[in-house]
Amino acid sequence: MDKLLLLGDEALAQGALDAGLSGAYGYPGTPSTEIFEYVQHSKEAAQRNVHRTWSANEKTAMEEALGMSYTGKRALVTMKHVGLNVAADPFVNSGITGANGGLIVAVADDPSMHSSQNEQDSRHYGRFALVPVFEPSNQQEAYNMTFDAFALSEKYKTPVIMRLVTRLSHSRAGIVRTKYLNENEIKLPDNPNQFMLLPAFARVNYINLIEKQELLEKESENSKYNEYHDGKDRSLGIITCGLGYNYVKENHVEAKCEYPILKICQYPLPRKLIQKIVDECDEILVVEDGMPVIEEWLRGYLDNCLKIKGRMDGSLPRWGELDPAKLRTALGLEPYPIKEVPTIVKGRPPELCKGCPHRDTYYALNEAMKEYGPGHVFSDIGCYTLGFLPPFNAINSCVDMGASISMAVGAADAGLFPSIAVIGDSTFGHSGMTPLLDAVNSKANIVAFILDNSIVAMTGMQDSAVTGRVEDICMGIGVEKEHLHIINPLKSHHEENVKIIKNEINYNGVSVIIPRRPCIHIAAKLRKQK
Amino acid sequence: MKKNIILAGVGGQGILSIATIIGYAVVKADLYLKQAEAHGMSQRGGAVESHLRISDKEIHSDLVPHGRSDMIISLEPMESLRYFPYLKPDGWLITNITPFVNIPNYPEMKHLLKEIKAHKNSIAIDGDAIAKEIGSPRSMNMVILGASTPFLEIPFNMLEDSIRAVFGRKGEDIVQKNLDAINRGRDFAEKYIKK
Repeated sequence: MDKLLLLGDEALAQGALDAGLSGAYGYPGTPSTEIFEYVQHSKEAAQRNVHRTWSANEKTAMEEALGMSYTGKRALVTMKHVGLNVAADPFVNSGITGANGGLIVAVADDPSMHSSQNEQDSRHYGRFALVPVFEPSNQQEAYNMTFDAFALSEKYKTPVIMRLVTRLSHSRAGIVRTKYLNENEIKLPDNPNQFMLLPAFARVNYINLIEKQELLEKESENSKYNEYHDGKDRSLGIITCGLGYNYVKENHVEAKCEYPILKICQYPLPRKLIQKIVDECDEILVVEDGMPVIEEWLRGYLDNCLKIKGRMDGSLPRWGELDPAKLRTALGLEPYPIKEVPTIVKGRPPELCKGCPHRDTYYALNEAMKEYGPGHVFSDIGCYTLGFLPPFNAINSCVDMGASISMAVGAADAGLFPSIAVIGDSTFGHSGMTPLLDAVNSKANIVAFILDNSIVAMTGMQDSAVTGRVEDICMGIGVEKEHLHIINPLKSHHEENVKIIKNEINYNGVSVIIPRRPCIHIAAKLRKQK
Repeated sequence: MKKNIILAGVGGQGILSIATIIGYAVVKADLYLKQAEAHGMSQRGGAVESHLRISDKEIHSDLVPHGRSDMIISLEPMESLRYFPYLKPDGWLITNITPFVNIPNYPEMKHLLKEIKAHKNSIAIDGDAIAKEIGSPRSMNMVILGASTPFLEIPFNMLEDSIRAVFGRKGEDIVQKNLDAINRGRDFAEKYIKK
């Protein structure tokens, strides 16, 4: 077959489609978005009618995928690492229920926080929930592993995490498709109580889950993805996983190193292989793109058994994504000569696009807020977070999806006046509705801006779950009609908008203002459709 | 054969199209390729980079190692300097010289040009002006790609084929404009090397 030039994200998606996928679920989030989009735009997926509509958030996506797995069909759920926090409740419990049809939870981590609030490592979740993890080291592996992940999922009736990192998610390479499996037919669980987590059943399932671990460990020991490469120079043994392996190899080949390498791409950890490299080598270097997960386990709390180098002793940086140069240093090799960046080069941060509706919203909000000084505006996750930067300097927080409204409620409860929330339409659909319900129930004195640009813009134009329904949802939640305004964020409406905002600030209760104008990237398309 | 390339520019200038054109040719030539892109937050008018690695042997790292890039291809003069730490001392710096000014403290052009020219192997070309001359301002990226082709070690006609394949669905006019652009860029670089 022809080689396809695919992103790591896309390779995983193609693998899932070829492995008999019946439904993809997910919520957009960099760097995971392209997994889902690939399924969404795939002709085969359309022909087979594979489910491929974005979900409202990661929790609903995870549950919907679990529902498809319940029927015996293969399901994929995609999200970024922090999305797994949102989906944590169903995810952890899916470890206890287990799967019926193959269930892959594809999570893309973002070491170095290129587009994220933290760099949490999803392998922790795997261990926490006692769920196996696959961690591809290249695009072809991302493709191949989906077959094995689905098979393992069905064999042991367990969900499986596939962990990607930014550099694999967003890096392209040629991949070869290898085979094609038909979708499963509906076949409900053999045990009708499998998904019934009443305490009496949950205890039984939990014991099964614990007992399964030994078998999963054996699978890891025999996995083709966990490879022991012998080497003559046993002064150092390298344990590495995922992309870390590539950076090790890059230097190994160039510098002709001969250390034994244990490549780990399937968890739970392959105990025997680890024992082997520890026994054979004087010292161990642990190389992980992400948090020092394996390193911490190996060191143990007292850290007094083995000679270990890695992120925790400074051989590699404690945080941030790895690269070949960092590995060169860790391997004791001379760094290549580096040309410094000339001092005249200035930072060029991202910015709100020219003509973006959020710009006009912030100009109006800033003017209305002038008399109160800074420190009153809680914001959220999306393009509008760029309103933090000059010339706007309009917002004071960005924590997690939906936190703008809830934090504004808490601050208003404490007596902060005014207390303002700024959230996007899709983020509102994701996690903003429930805090607005809290606000209405407690009659919190807040003004919530729901910036409605009719799309999920930051991640590259995905459908928003609430398009066309934002005001209806607000009224359904109980926002008073007189304090719900739809404004047009345009320069020509500036004075009028400022007046509305000032009035609502002075209303003691919940006000919602919806600045509505499509993202400029879809405006032309929408005009054509009309 | 082994080439490490850093593509640089500002979000929206078209570095990913360059990567697509080269990538298409590389796959046709049955060489190995890895290309790391920037998505998401980094696209909105900010600095963007893409790492492109081409080889006849298996490539391990998706990222170009520091100090090992054979070439920086930049669509913007200040951005061309940002990735110096990747460039080999004798690597080529190929850059557009029309600045994209969207920050208040953008440096003076003469200082930028001085830094660019101070690098031994550099080609500074006004891609925007040439693209306007051929009546296709948006083809600036292909002009700059053209200027890099003498050092790419990919047959030029294969890159032309890529342009036909990638831009084909946009119509013959767009294909021709982009072919003009890549040829003009190439001519400029070849003349420059001969000097």
